[in-house]
Amino acid sequence: MGRTAVARVNSLAQISRGGPEVAEASLSVLPDAAKFVFRGRPSSWPVAAEAFGVELPQAVNRFSVKGGRKAYCVGPDEWLLEAVGEDPGEIFHKLSESLASHSCSLVDVSHRSDTFEIGGTRSEYVLSHGCPLDLSEQQFPVGMCTRTLIGKSPVILSRTERAVFQIDVWRSFSSYVWGLLDEVRREFPSRSRQM
Amino acid sequence: MKYRLSSGGQVDRSKPLRFSFDGKGYSGFAGDTLASALIANGVHLVGRSFKYHRPRGFMSAGSDEPNALVGVGDDEARYTPNLRATQVELFDGLVAESQNRWPSLSLDFGGANDALSRFLTAGFYYKTFMWPAAAWKRLYEPMIRRAAGLGRAPTAADADRYTQLYSHCDVLIVGAGPAGLAAALAAGRSGAKTIVCDEQDRMGGTLLSEREAIIDGLPAADWLARTLQELGSLSNVTLLPRTTAFGWYPHNFLGLSERVTDHLGRKEGNLPRERMWQVRAKEVVLATGAIERPLVFPDNDRPGIMMAEAARTYLNRYGAVPGSRAVVFTACDSAYRAALELKGAGVHIAAIADVRPAPEGPWVERARAAGIDVRPSTLVTATHGRLHISHADLASEGASSSETVPCDLLLMSGGFTPSVHLFSQSRGKLGYDEALKSYIPQKSVENERSVGGCRGLFDLGASIADGFGGGLGAVRGAGGTPVTEQKIPVFVQSFGQDGFIGALNGKSRRRAWVDFQNDVTVKDIELATREGFRSIEHVKRYTTTGMATDQGKTSNMNALGIVSHALDLPVPKVGLTTFRPPYTPVTFGSFAGQSRGKLFDPVRQTSIHDWAAEHGAVFEDVSLWKRAHYFPRQGEDMHAAVRRECAAVRNSVGIFDATTLGKIEVVGKDAAEFMNRMYTNAWTKLEPGRLRYGLMLREDGFITDDGVVGRMATDRFHVTTTTGGAARVLALMEDYLQTEWSDLDVWLTSTTEQWAVIALQGPNARKVLEPLVEGIDLSREAMPHMSVREGRICGVPTRLFRVSFTGELGFEINVPMGYGRGVWEAIYAAGKPFDITPYGTETMHVLRAEKGYIIVGQETDGTVTPDDVGLAWAVGKTKKDFVGKRSLARPAMTRDDRKQLVGLLTVDPKVVLEEGAQIVVDPREPVPMTMIGHVTSSYWSAALGRSVALALVRGGRARIGKRLHVPMAAGNIEVEVVTPVFYDTEGKRLDG
Repeated sequence: MGRTAVARVNSLAQISRGGPEVAEASLSVLPDAAKFVFRGRPSSWPVAAEAFGVELPQAVNRFSVKGGRKAYCVGPDEWLLEAVGEDPGEIFHKLSESLASHSCSLVDVSHRSDTFEIGGTRSEYVLSHGCPLDLSEQQFPVGMCTRTLIGKSPVILSRTERAVFQIDVWRSFSSYVWGLLDEVRREFPSRSRQM
Repeated sequence: MKYRLSSGGQVDRSKPLRFSFDGKGYSGFAGDTLASALIANGVHLVGRSFKYHRPRGFMSAGSDEPNALVGVGDDEARYTPNLRATQVELFDGLVAESQNRWPSLSLDFGGANDALSRFLTAGFYYKTFMWPAAAWKRLYEPMIRRAAGLGRAPTAADADRYTQLYSHCDVLIVGAGPAGLAAALAAGRSGAKTIVCDEQDRMGGTLLSEREAIIDGLPAADWLARTLQELGSLSNVTLLPRTTAFGWYPHNFLGLSERVTDHLGRKEGNLPRERMWQVRAKEVVLATGAIERPLVFPDNDRPGIMMAEAARTYLNRYGAVPGSRAVVFTACDSAYRAALELKGAGVHIAAIADVRPAPEGPWVERARAAGIDVRPSTLVTATHGRLHISHADLASEGASSSETVPCDLLLMSGGFTPSVHLFSQSRGKLGYDEALKSYIPQKSVENERSVGGCRGLFDLGASIADGFGGGLGAVRGAGGTPVTEQKIPVFVQSFGQDGFIGALNGKSRRRAWVDFQNDVTVKDIELATREGFRSIEHVKRYTTTGMATDQGKTSNMNALGIVSHALDLPVPKVGLTTFRPPYTPVTFGSFAGQSRGKLFDPVRQTSIHDWAAEHGAVFEDVSLWKRAHYFPRQGEDMHAAVRRECAAVRNSVGIFDATTLGKIEVVGKDAAEFMNRMYTNAWTKLEPGRLRYGLMLREDGFITDDGVVGRMATDRFHVTTTTGGAARVLALMEDYLQTEWSDLDVWLTSTTEQWAVIALQGPNARKVLEPLVEGIDLSREAMPHMSVREGRICGVPTRLFRVSFTGELGFEINVPMGYGRGVWEAIYAAGKPFDITPYGTETMHVLRAEKGYIIVGQETDGTVTPDDVGLAWAVGKTKKDFVGKRSLARPAMTRDDRKQLVGLLTVDPKVVLEEGAQIVVDPREPVPMTMIGHVTSSYWSAALGRSVALALVRGGRARIGKRLHVPMAAGNIEVEVVTPVFYDTEGKRLDG
């Protein structure tokens, strides 16, 4: 056909544009990623890990990282696999081939959610507006992830650094969650972002 | 400055502040409350009482204040009514006004109620305003509401921000008086994650007005400063002043309301006005102290009559002198301390009238030594003065004559009532302490402990020791390692435990107030007991004692004492009312928090939403989603737009955003078996690449959801659900899978938001689509109705459904969500030559109704079986089992007279029935008529040039061809019952 394919639009593109800079709790949209929900019987787990190239954590609510790829364990037999900047079709094809003889489910959810990051000395405090969990480092250390709520929206929350959290949120809820955290951090001084 | 000491206290005399009260300008100092500043200006008259409009002044200096309720704020958007002036911190420019008076505080016409008081006794509105019933709504209630009341609600939207956050800690300490601070030291030093909250602007509680005590070798004020400094330096301790713990919820979950900016006046920056802390604490230490009890004697409510401890607080903490000539009326020692301290500040103490027959001990001796006239067994039998007390009548108990003593201040003290509100909210068990004449905490239910004054330990040394020990205990309870016990030596003159509850009005006919805020007198309570009310819970509701916004902080124990005396029952037999949150009123803004405006609820939008908005769509809410309802062009109303949109789909092609449909990917080798069990249909023989309409029942056999399902591979189904049912259906499926069928190798993944869905419907749909698609043969032969293909459209992957909810040739194009708008725009551009028309949910509803396709939730209401709506064909008769199968076999589910789906055609084709309208056989039947069904869907059909309707009618299928009636307010509408398919009954257009 010769035409260029339509471009992917991030659900946070609009709301994140030109917002204030708040050093205590900065918000930034993360690059699009290929994402898959992998669930299955135990025999399939090492096969998926091998094919995806990242160890699948066996402890629920932990994630592991290798390069641009991550595996979040979000249930006893459930992982969210993430590959930043990669093509979902290729990964899906490769994993499906490896897993063909195993009892499991692999579903492409690359477009289901978008991911953004909150970072800064008060990121934990800002997230506590809406997230009922104890987000202290003792209870929610780096490397932890969980399904939880922020306000009235379900999210997958993970801590990548001491003061940095990532929020994976379904597209139709993303502007609500972003807006909620943005509203909360208004109590901190902000500078207009240089355009 | 007659009423302000030149030194002393914690006000900053170098920072004068201007404020106004009822339009008059005053000045005060930084550190003042509105109450202390007014007292320092000699102002005591600050309010009118709730019912009788009696002039009232400050009674206390804290959150227990029943009288001094004021409205604060100079603009409507920041106006707050009913604030206790004793808690309002002064700032420059503060504007406050009194309430419940007209035209002014000193001349209040509502005061006429006072003269009518004998008709306004307890329960007067039950007795007086009984008939006629209609008058209640129009006359009595508005009248009573106007006459009796508190502040007025502001009319403008609140301009402030409010936030809510969750917090977790090892130890939460409520109250930062001596006991609470000692507990905080113990918990803080032990390394426990500790939160200390206190409702006052400064921490310290009674230490803030303490003059004599030596703690750990330091004057109280210095020990307090050192302690706060130490606590402030501990990173594991969070100090929250101006923060009221207002409610206790299960499992040590407490609500704390922090007043962040009220004291700043015109603030800068964007701090929230209030911050609600929702704290989950492993252990709670209650150090809530005690509240001084008023004495109940005749005329005890005039301005200038206040609690003895309040007078001390005004004097010692604010340097504000509440009068020049005082009478002290007491049942305990502590008022002697107040008398001595006031005397030291130059206030003449006319007399101390002591209820006790033989008061003795160091405090009494010190008063006598200071030359104060101490009178044992003496009561105040009356007071005088219209807007301020001017005289008090003192009489020896039993004496027939009294002496009238001039005074502008009367201090009273009936002892102290431990503040057990939060403990009681935590479901802890209270016990009555005869010596203290108070209820104190007895048995905890939650992980909490009470320390100090709130459990009856009023001695400063005992309270501090108790607090420290309680802090250590809490650390232990939270799993921490407590530091070693530390003895904090305290030197202070102790008080005894004397006190009084009940009434001291003897045979006086003058009124003696028990509940000042709700204007309840001794007579009211005695009347209630005479009328047969014996339980305190009933007395409370009949008289409204303890039911005001202060929840009876100053009145409950006296009311109990009066009932106990009247019924001649011991106090514990009378019972105790329940304490409920909030401890003090909390703003609506605080409860709303961030959930205002755009953040009230998530507003879910599809990736095509903005295109629709840019093209003038009117949206409707479908669960949390915004869906395009219709796309009006210039000058069109909804009906005109829908008629045009319908015609476009029937004649050429329309485009519709169906993204909100719920989607679930069912994957695994047992996927077909799982589908067989969940849906009524048979799935085993459905080939990959084909679609099927699926129907889902609940266990009770009634329809709960439906949707088109595509088999993508032998082990993979692409299931769609209704928009509103998506989450419920997934939860239901997951529930069965985890609890009943864990042996099945199948897994569920929500893909609702993975796919944008573009419905392209109409005879020209294929022509529009063909040039955009790669790798899929769209021809009639290659891709029949109810099939699905995977390929690419506009260069991105698609799951292309050939399916129709309009009765026309149709496709539903699933593309990954982020491509939704791009693909939509490409299709729209390709459709231009065919005058492609975007349509909304209303047109979708009309088109499907013309075809008789049901909508779950519109044609069904949770009591409808597949057969009722003509979907018996979707039930796999030979299947072994599916959810709801057994219920379908019940006799009631197959009766002929069940309500069945039929079509209705009005005899007058121009009349469009009202959805929900009832259907009858005989419109001449007297009301109430026998209703045999109702209209479920009704529209104007542009294609047919007449109205059409669907209805559920009892035994409906047997009535086809007959006429029924729809009686409406405007008259009867006659309808003909028909088969529920109105357009293209043979379905030829689907094959387009």
